[in-house]
Amino acid sequence: MNVLKYLGLGVLFGIVLTKSEVVSWFRIQEMFRFQAFHMYGIIGSAILVAMVSIQLIKRNRLRSLDGQLITLADKRFTHGTWIGGTLFGLGWALTGACPGPMFAQLGSGVAGAAVMIVAALIGTWTYSALREKLPH
Amino acid sequence: MLDWLRQPWPWYVAGPLIGLMVPALLLVGNRALGISSSLRHLCAACVPANIPFLNYDWRAESWNLWFVLGIALGGFIGYRMMGHPDAVAISAATVRDLRTQMHLTDFTGLLPRELFGLQTLATWRGWLFLGLGGFLVGFGTRYAGGCTSGHAISGLSNLQWVSLVAVVGFFVGGLLMTWVVYPFLF
Repeated sequence: MNVLKYLGLGVLFGIVLTKSEVVSWFRIQEMFRFQAFHMYGIIGSAILVAMVSIQLIKRNRLRSLDGQLITLADKRFTHGTWIGGTLFGLGWALTGACPGPMFAQLGSGVAGAAVMIVAALIGTWTYSALREKLPH
Repeated sequence: MLDWLRQPWPWYVAGPLIGLMVPALLLVGNRALGISSSLRHLCAACVPANIPFLNYDWRAESWNLWFVLGIALGGFIGYRMMGHPDAVAISAATVRDLRTQMHLTDFTGLLPRELFGLQTLATWRGWLFLGLGGFLVGFGTRYAGGCTSGHAISGLSNLQWVSLVAVVGFFVGGLLMTWVVYPFLF
């Protein structure tokens, strides 16, 4: 049952990402070339709606369906925040996909997405193996 | 209504719906929206080796893997069953730039076949876009502690300054690739 809730939300998320063309390399290029408002409108309005929602949840001390008090962990700064962020940005412009869209692309039938996902897994594994040696 | 659903969705519909994913996951099970973690869980499940960062109870986070499976299903439903135009309607300026600077001729599909079709794996450029691109996404997101969903949407909406640093990094990297590296590749 729990599994179905997350699967269902994932399906909705995948549909929105696909129907709004966030999963398209063309849209990401358009964004990095500042030639349309589309992506900025999506990211901006998503943040705004999420921000208001989080405030409402926090102020009303809401609980989740399974009874937990809803809490959000603070993100911790490390040098990885900017180094890793920039490396991801380089990859984002190459593939035109962040992790969510890669999975949506795979579902839509883009065979190349499978190669990207395997490469991303190798990237994550490599980071994990080198973690102790990297500046943080 | 049905016709309207089958068109590409405008930003002011899609953006708020994406934003609502954050409270939806919190209300369902106190979970923070974030997708790149699924890559770590998959590594931990399949090839943990003796790496400390990959030896943890990934099963406790398996909701994230179901969520990602849902995204793939959503991609199938959204693209194959809910209609799509032959070509993404990007701006005329972008089409012109991609034609002249990157010599693209085929603008159909979600991504250009000339750069991402499997036949490109016979060329160095295919390995660059699919292989190195994917690698940097997996390496960079974990190093930064999140991606567009975890930092840009979850983090910024929760007023985390760390996430702002990460998002500035995302754009610095993306702009460098698009404006500085791309011209050398074509």
